[in-house]
Amino acid sequence: MNIPADLKYSNDHEWVKMEGDIALVGITDYAQSELGDLVFVNLPEVGDDAVAGEAFGDVESVKAVSDVLSPVNGRICEVNEELLDAPELLNSDPYGAWIIKVEDVDGLDDLMDAAEYEAFIATL
Amino acid sequence: MGSYVPSTPAQRQEMLEAIGLREFMDLYRDVPQEVLLKDGLDLPAGMSELEAGKAVRAMAARNKIYDVILRGAGAYDHYIPSIVRYIPSKEEFLTAYTPYQAEISQGILQSIFEYQTMICELTGMDVSNASVYDGATAAAEASTMCVDRRRSVTLISGAAHPDTINTVRTYCFGAGRELKVVPVKDGRTDPDALKEMLTPDVSSFILQQPNFFGLLEDAEGLGALAHENGSMYVMSCNPIALGTMKTPRECGADIAVGEGQPLGLPIGFGGPYLGYMATTSKHMRKLPGRIVGATADDEGRTAYVLSLQAREQHIRREKASSNICSNEALCAMTASIYMAAMGPDGMEEVALQCHSKAAYLARELCTIDGVSLAYDGTFFHEFVTVMPKTDEVLAALDEAGILGGLPVEGGLLWCVTEKASRADLDRTVSIVKEVLGK
Amino acid sequence: MKLIFDKSVKGRRLTILPECDVERELLPEGERRAKKPLLPEMSETDISRHYTELCKQVHGVNDGFYPLGSCTMKYNPRINEEMAALPGFAGIHPLAPADAVKGCMEVLDTAASYLCEISGMDEMTFQPAAGAHGEFTGVMLIKQYHVSRGDTKRTKIIVPDSAHGTNPATAAMCGYEVVNIDSAPDGCVDLDALKAALGDDTAGLMLTNPNTVGIFDENILEITRLVHEAGGLCYYDGANLNAVMGVVRPGDMGFDCIHMNLHKTFSTPHGGGGPGAGAVGCKEFLKEFMPASALLSLMKGDAAEHIQVRSFMGNFLVVVRALTYLLMLGREGVPEASINAVLNANYLMQKIKGTFTPAFDRICMHEFVLDVADFKKATGLSALDVAKSLIDYGMHPPTMYFPLIVHEALMVEPTETESRETLDWAADVFRKLYQLGFDDPEYMHASPHGTPIGRPDEVRAARNPVLRWVPEG
Repeated sequence: MNIPADLKYSNDHEWVKMEGDIALVGITDYAQSELGDLVFVNLPEVGDDAVAGEAFGDVESVKAVSDVLSPVNGRICEVNEELLDAPELLNSDPYGAWIIKVEDVDGLDDLMDAAEYEAFIATL
Repeated sequence: MGSYVPSTPAQRQEMLEAIGLREFMDLYRDVPQEVLLKDGLDLPAGMSELEAGKAVRAMAARNKIYDVILRGAGAYDHYIPSIVRYIPSKEEFLTAYTPYQAEISQGILQSIFEYQTMICELTGMDVSNASVYDGATAAAEASTMCVDRRRSVTLISGAAHPDTINTVRTYCFGAGRELKVVPVKDGRTDPDALKEMLTPDVSSFILQQPNFFGLLEDAEGLGALAHENGSMYVMSCNPIALGTMKTPRECGADIAVGEGQPLGLPIGFGGPYLGYMATTSKHMRKLPGRIVGATADDEGRTAYVLSLQAREQHIRREKASSNICSNEALCAMTASIYMAAMGPDGMEEVALQCHSKAAYLARELCTIDGVSLAYDGTFFHEFVTVMPKTDEVLAALDEAGILGGLPVEGGLLWCVTEKASRADLDRTVSIVKEVLGK
Repeated sequence: MKLIFDKSVKGRRLTILPECDVERELLPEGERRAKKPLLPEMSETDISRHYTELCKQVHGVNDGFYPLGSCTMKYNPRINEEMAALPGFAGIHPLAPADAVKGCMEVLDTAASYLCEISGMDEMTFQPAAGAHGEFTGVMLIKQYHVSRGDTKRTKIIVPDSAHGTNPATAAMCGYEVVNIDSAPDGCVDLDALKAALGDDTAGLMLTNPNTVGIFDENILEITRLVHEAGGLCYYDGANLNAVMGVVRPGDMGFDCIHMNLHKTFSTPHGGGGPGAGAVGCKEFLKEFMPASALLSLMKGDAAEHIQVRSFMGNFLVVVRALTYLLMLGREGVPEASINAVLNANYLMQKIKGTFTPAFDRICMHEFVLDVADFKKATGLSALDVAKSLIDYGMHPPTMYFPLIVHEALMVEPTETESRETLDWAADVFRKLYQLGFDDPEYMHASPHGTPIGRPDEVRAARNPVLRWVPEG
């Protein structure tokens, strides 16, 4: 299971990567392997509020749909429209395939680091 | 009398014993005693097939079968080619369920894929679903497709079919959204009123083409107004008219819907009918209901499957935008067979004959003193006449085996299809003349 | 198999219509489509053979055992089809004058009286075109009832987590917040969970009984009483009515409104996905909220506003079929059908026992759920693998992965129209497959083997949607 050391993680299996003041958010390698082959992602709109613990979009497999919960608070400033045409990137490159970018980020301190997340998924 | 239970009484007893029970009612031991039906149902005794057939035939005999039907208003009496009646009665098609198991459902899945293609061709759109219940629900589902967080108001032309308007109203009321009806002026949607009603919260505008009075609307112009406002444009079109009429795509529609009954389905006292729905690629994932897609199996053979299922209620549950499950699959297949039997030329021919014969009847009726058209402008195969003594006219026609135009506000709404011969129409005109001449 | 479009030959046609015998008129320029639709050009032979080829790749009830749980795939009597095709029904215009449609009204009235008696309701509408459509209509009755009383704080509909997906989807379409409550381990309503969810914001409860695991909820009277006490109404999802007709009535269980699937319980064919008909019944106090056609009301001079869920009076020809069936069954046949549906389910479950495990080892109603989890642990084969293997024996698989509360579920509903011989055969097939799972799991995992296609790549279908044929070039 790939868990990059430089990211932050939520217990809903989203990752956060800070680039300056902007947070990139995606789903973890663990999440994509549990969800199976993803076939579509429903993206939020730019300008929407991101609220920690609440859904900002969802990902679809053939027979299931799963909410994607925001790991942080803030405002969505960009969505990854490439995923609309290539949802398979969420499976093949989960840490490259960011889903949203969030500005005015708050709540980072509540997230896990890589070691904590690794320990967390070991309990599942 | 008959319950289609094949097991013999002796077998049933043995089966009961195999389960370890003594009495059949032991099967229902979880049912509270106080609600068990002690005295059975208050129904007539069962019948044999012969008796049931007789009873139902007797009911059918109490209906009047007209030689000529000159009434439409949402139910259109077209000729149905024999092959179109025959194929859907094949038991494999008739008795299968929704094609969940692709490996043993390729026949149905492929037929839906073909239907989707034909609807796309007819409407000019990119994507069609496998059908919804009827034209009215198709319009209602389309209005739901268009709603987003900023826009929740639906506009519908007042010249749409009253049942369509009321069905859309019900769906909107259910979801807590507003429906506004755009006023009609001279039998057509009033563009000035529409312009005023297009506020920033309007999600879509629904237009029926030809409209309820049979008239062609300025579909492009009205659609452009909706688009200028950032609203979606939904057109509900008669599919026979589309054999010759400008397509919804050519008129700029985002969603094309309509009543598919004219495509080979009997008028059948109102159903089952067929709601068709098609849209552009952009809105593909908002389409409700079943959609069939092509893929391959592990050996690379072409295979058809129910696709994009994550939109649907069985997966998305309360987050699904529609609850539709069963649709009108066999009616969709019937429509495909009809379109295959007619072909591109036949579809145009039936449209032109409807139009030409309606024009002929309108012209001939208007030669009678006191008869005139209620509205100016082009109509397809329905038109409204103004005339005195409409009750007497309809009664006289009825006596001659002719179902005349529908009484609507402002006159009689007539419909002529390819089924009516010139002789039928001449007979109609002479009866009207006779009544009015008295 | 070639698509119909690939069989098209330019210039080939049928002779359907006569020459136009009036002056031909075109639509004005500017109103005409630019080019004709690319529809197939065929002979009647071509069309007939194409669809015959397609129908050989379909499994219907007439092809073999079809124990698709929750779908009641009983035999569809041919007499029904004959009656629906009568010109005295098929050729009747829905807007013909009242005198001309007396027979149609008699069909609707007679069918309504039978169904009211069977369901314990006072009024019936046939406007809804399918089960989910009936649910929508029923919940709209509940909504109108509360609104008419000015009771606008009722914003929630309670749905058990074992419910069909249509239930929560319907409640949401009607503008309600859905409160999903956990089921008790036996799939029945957890009374404590229900009590906790009830309040003065409860609009109603949607419930299937027998429930989706095939068990009759013995607390049903308590459940409906609790909902009514809280001021809510009770909606009965008639998907499983085939278990209890003539034995117990939803109206007597305390339900206020109900839909029935004529295409399940009342033997009308499902047509590969429709048309169905979802008759909706209600108690007297909800009668005023029933749907009606705006145009027909206008013609009758009825000025009252009604909700409406589709045009005219619904899928009438489906009602003709159901009525024919009801006339034949009558007073004795209706309960006989249900009792034998339940008998058949229990018998089949009994004969499968010892191999695949029933999720609930007790007397079931008209269907039962097998839990394939233990088998999966032992063999690595899932409910899907079992289902696909059944195909090779000529059996349509049971419903898979439903209800959601049993993870490796196969839901089996044999119906009453299957003979003991068929059930014995089916039990044998299940037992053989159970053994095969241990002997040759790879073979089972690769099943089905005898079908025109193997398992299709559904991921590819969803990622790269190809939803229509496009001409080459």
